[in-house]
Amino acid sequence: MTRKQKKLLIRIAVATALIPAIFVLPVEGAAGALLFALPYLIVGGTVLRDACRNIAHGQMFDEQFLMSVATLGAFALGDYLEAVAVMVFYQVGELFQSLAVSRSRRSIAELMDIRPDTARVIRDGAETVVSPEQVRPGETVVVYPGEKVPLDGVILSGATALDTAALTGESIPTEVSAGDTAVSGAINLSGTVHIRVSGTYEQSTVAKILYMVENAAEKKSKSENFITRFSRVYTPCVVIGALMLAVLPPLFVGRWSDWLNRALIFLVVSCPCALVISVPLSFFGGIGGASRKGILIKGSEYIETLGKVQTVVFDKTGTLTHGTFTVTAVHPEQVSKAYLLDIAAAAEQQSSHPIARSIISAHGGHIESGRIGSVHEHSGMGVEAVIDGRTVFVGNERLMSLADTEARPCHRHGTVIHIAERGRYLGHIVVSDTVKPDSANAVASLKSLGVKRTVMLTGDRRDIAERVAGELGIDTVMAQLMPDGKVEAVEHLMSEFRPLAFVGDGINDAPVLTRADVGIAMGAMGSDAAIEAADIVLMDDKPARLTDAIRLSRRTMRIVHQNIVFAIAVKLGVLLLSACGLVGMWIAIFADVGVMVLAVLNAMRAMKA
Amino acid sequence: MKKVFKLDQLDCANCAAKMEAAINKLDCVESASINFMAQRLTLEAADDKFDEALAAAQKAIGRIESDCKIVM
Repeated sequence: MTRKQKKLLIRIAVATALIPAIFVLPVEGAAGALLFALPYLIVGGTVLRDACRNIAHGQMFDEQFLMSVATLGAFALGDYLEAVAVMVFYQVGELFQSLAVSRSRRSIAELMDIRPDTARVIRDGAETVVSPEQVRPGETVVVYPGEKVPLDGVILSGATALDTAALTGESIPTEVSAGDTAVSGAINLSGTVHIRVSGTYEQSTVAKILYMVENAAEKKSKSENFITRFSRVYTPCVVIGALMLAVLPPLFVGRWSDWLNRALIFLVVSCPCALVISVPLSFFGGIGGASRKGILIKGSEYIETLGKVQTVVFDKTGTLTHGTFTVTAVHPEQVSKAYLLDIAAAAEQQSSHPIARSIISAHGGHIESGRIGSVHEHSGMGVEAVIDGRTVFVGNERLMSLADTEARPCHRHGTVIHIAERGRYLGHIVVSDTVKPDSANAVASLKSLGVKRTVMLTGDRRDIAERVAGELGIDTVMAQLMPDGKVEAVEHLMSEFRPLAFVGDGINDAPVLTRADVGIAMGAMGSDAAIEAADIVLMDDKPARLTDAIRLSRRTMRIVHQNIVFAIAVKLGVLLLSACGLVGMWIAIFADVGVMVLAVLNAMRAMKA
Repeated sequence: MKKVFKLDQLDCANCAAKMEAAINKLDCVESASINFMAQRLTLEAADDKFDEALAAAQKAIGRIESDCKIVM
């Protein structure tokens, strides 16, 4: 509790304790009023003061003013106890609101407790503890078990398991050792590691995540704007209603004090606080809960849109597929599989092409550099290399004619690499981009969530694209697209079922991410472009996270709608009943404070994703 | 220029909405947004008028909730 909150609590307690004491004293009439004024001023003095000050500033009809008029009015009518009680309840509500807000703010901050406080940097051979901002790129930091990785970098020595749950939502720790990258914000679980820092703190993953979450609520959703507009109209309307209620009916039927009492009840109900607080609180909770699962949402607007999404467009490479080539088949002729892979890997040893790398990693073993003689690259075809003293050709069909032999066609899908000696065909290796294990599942669950259409965009060949789409159950395929063709495709799709979400890996698709109703970047650990361009960032590269994000958005929206409907319904109900004289100020104050308390409690559920 | 400021002693959500509306009405301000949960004010104004805009925003805020201050 802050000092302000403690003071308020004490004042409420003192005022409440005084009320029964007053009843014991045998006083009546004007003296009674004076006695009741004491607890009233103790608990409500600041409200009266703020009301006066705000009127001086030209601010009419704020809640302090309304409460002051309502309670002073009750005093004037001789309902002393009611006046004090209303003020007490009002202040209890204020205290509760303030506590609830600061508590939820704190628990969301705890959810996002990924900020590393210190870094142990090695300077002049000694370990020095500094703040992460002071570490320069290229320096070496030590991270002991139990500590957070302070900055992004590459592990120089040591091996450990890193817990990235707070960053990606992935609960299984990642095993890392020398040469692997370490992400800032991850918790070192088991071993001591030395890390060479690759960028400044401002450039680090953890700094970017924090920046994004802290600035999330800047883009306001339609629900929030609706509530703001509603409350701007609601309060003046109810106040005018109160005025009319106080004056018009008694002109005809008399009983002025009765109607004045009803009008004062109107004023109590006219405060829009429950609505105004609960809607942003729900969104804030939803965003906080999502970030805990590795789903970063840049504004409540996107929660609203994502919950209603009708079309989901995926980029193929890197999103539905791994985006890296893997050897899927080795078909030797007259030689062993191991031999074929061995000479192919040796010939490709110096190449950095992704296909060459996939063959080398499939080989896995060490290749003596002494075995490799001259290597000549035939551009667009492959390589000709001398391996173990024999000339071999590794490349596509056209290269085989250079080797005076003929390529054997392969029935497998993917890119086929042929291997031959001069005049003798040795076989081929098939490499292809593989589909992520949970892609099919993700597409199926999108369907069950009621998404009307799933689309896959790719620059890849049509036959490959259609095979992948068939495997995954995607509805529409748009293949052989140039990068700007993707924007056009998305615009075309947006004319059919909206809202549309585009899911990409953030590489080369920034324009599409921006153009879509919701741009979702996946596997964004360390990718600046993706974090910049996207509206929602999925920290790991699992397509299934998308369905989590949609479910979470819908849940948050349900809570928002419940709060809006509940608060408006109760308030209108109480207005109606009090106009008919069926409820007293006690019920009215419940409609104000109670509804707010319930709405805030409901909003807090959004955080527990 | 767009800058984000922390707000101290911002107590009520409805006041935050009123402040936001009031600041947006100021001539020297291009756009303003108050995030009640994060207790932040995002203020956008022309570079040469930024100080003026900031002062005017503080005044508008003080008129609605007198304890509330922009943390510079």
